[in-house]
Amino acid sequence: MLEPIHSPPFTKHPIRWAQVNLFSNWFNSLLTLLVAYLLVLYVPGMLDWAFLSADWSGQTKDDCSGVGACWVFIDARMNQFMYGFYPTEEQWRVNLAFIILLALVIPLFIEKTPRKGWIIGFLLVGYPVIAFWLFGGDIFGLIQVDTEQWGGLMLTLIIATVGIIASLPIGIILALGRRSEMPIIRYICISFIEVMRGVPLITILFMASVMLPLFMPEGVTFDKLMRAMIGITLFQSAYMAEVIRGGLQAIPKGQYEAADALGLNYFQKMALVILPQALKLVIPGIVNTFIALFKDTSLILIIGLFELSGIMKAALNDPEWLGFATEGYLFAALIYWMFCFSMSRYSQHIEQKLHTGHR
Amino acid sequence: MNQSHIKDEIEIELKNVNKWYDDFHVLRDINLQVRKGERIVICGPSGSGKSTMIRCLNRLESHQKGDITIEGTPLNNDVRNIDAIRKDVGMVFQHFNLFPHLTVLDNCCLAPQWVKKQPRKEAEATAMKFLERVKIPDQALKYPGQLSGGQQQRVAIARSLCMNPNIMLFDEPTSALDPEMIKEVLDVMVELADEGMTMLCVTHEMGFAKKVADRVIFMDAGEIIEENNPHEFFDNPQSERTKLFLSQILHN
Repeated sequence: MLEPIHSPPFTKHPIRWAQVNLFSNWFNSLLTLLVAYLLVLYVPGMLDWAFLSADWSGQTKDDCSGVGACWVFIDARMNQFMYGFYPTEEQWRVNLAFIILLALVIPLFIEKTPRKGWIIGFLLVGYPVIAFWLFGGDIFGLIQVDTEQWGGLMLTLIIATVGIIASLPIGIILALGRRSEMPIIRYICISFIEVMRGVPLITILFMASVMLPLFMPEGVTFDKLMRAMIGITLFQSAYMAEVIRGGLQAIPKGQYEAADALGLNYFQKMALVILPQALKLVIPGIVNTFIALFKDTSLILIIGLFELSGIMKAALNDPEWLGFATEGYLFAALIYWMFCFSMSRYSQHIEQKLHTGHR
Repeated sequence: MNQSHIKDEIEIELKNVNKWYDDFHVLRDINLQVRKGERIVICGPSGSGKSTMIRCLNRLESHQKGDITIEGTPLNNDVRNIDAIRKDVGMVFQHFNLFPHLTVLDNCCLAPQWVKKQPRKEAEATAMKFLERVKIPDQALKYPGQLSGGQQQRVAIARSLCMNPNIMLFDEPTSALDPEMIKEVLDVMVELADEGMTMLCVTHEMGFAKKVADRVIFMDAGEIIEENNPHEFFDNPQSERTKLFLSQILHN
């Protein structure tokens, strides 16, 4: 019997690593040197602008030297970026709603939490009601705060959360409907998906905010935010449906047949056998859609709702703070990026957790 | 051969069954009666319709003409009939078709829990009983992807048995297996046959056919060409096509 031979060691030594990865031939060496030169040329300047020469404290534009970034602008407007025009003395309600949300969501990430099903159930059914009361008021002695006053990151998160939670099940139903053997259901789903996908989101938002009221009977008003949320959710659920359909098509026919042969009915077959596998396959696509949805919330600016990027744009037009667009957009981009990157990382974690291997 | 395990009652009956894929006539006037406890091996060249025929028996495929009756229930478009028949008819596939996202145990418990509404504990007990019978109780908590092909196929057999079927259909159960794993699966099937299960098995394992079959059916081009007991079938085939087929597979 032969002795087992170890696989050759990986190149761990830094000099060896650099030889292999950075200077393997003259062309790679040239590229490495070029990139290093560009980094040396630009990075120190950027760091200097953003941190070393930046102004961090103050009240007005005059507190900024103009050499580096003027983060005073962000600081002064922070409250508006977070809450929009939500009355300052009522903002505790928003904070409370988000604290309750965190208190419910964090246990879900802890392995040992008992009765996760109940927590999820409450999150989907009970929590939205509580959050709606807290945000909107006009009940339990809370002052009414119109949705027109909601704004900033708070509004971004509300729309994105509702959209993300609603678009997945709607997308699943549309995807199953599109593959249904019943022609009426199939054609309804196909038309919905193709119409929604074939139109820019801006058009749908305009339709929802301008056209829809025209068809409503006199006196019936339908909250603008509600219309925007429905518009975004339906738009993204059409994309979601196609992502999920891709997953459904990737499941071998044998899985359907085995479920049929065991006597599972259609809903059991889908819920227990097909969807768990299909959804797992398309997690990257689903999260892609979630991220797109999160960023698409910025489009509701055009119907006069001021979520994060909208309120940023408004703040940049303030005569007292003219000329800080770079800081403003960088800050907004950083916040969007934080949320989107977190979603992306979390989805990779789920993918690894659901991997049952060796197929 | 001892025929005492065969009861008088007719469990499966096919009368003039015809099926088309578009214009292609896959099943032509199939007539077949299977009695309770009978073990039938179906063979024939590829494309002869043998898989299609047994897939019609639990409505994975639908037939267009003729009647199929399983345990007295006609197999037609009535969903209640299809559900009732599927509860009593187990099927084992060429490619196992285990559910890769579930453990072996969950694969076995799924249908008893959801279709028969058994409590989890009872379903688990049944599952372990059958996993022991196919000799892999120690793999119960693994995922199918971690098992060899032979083990997967035995799990698939256990999964079907968990529904306590009266009839088992095998659709080329050993064709996708490596040669050294065929025996472990065939052994399980022989044991099952010894217990008096009604079995219909599409296979090219002629040793298995000789050992357990009460009847061997030869199909070609969508027709049943010849049927006989294994002894007569192998030693004294009647039609030219059967002779040709047998000479081809026995040469290999």
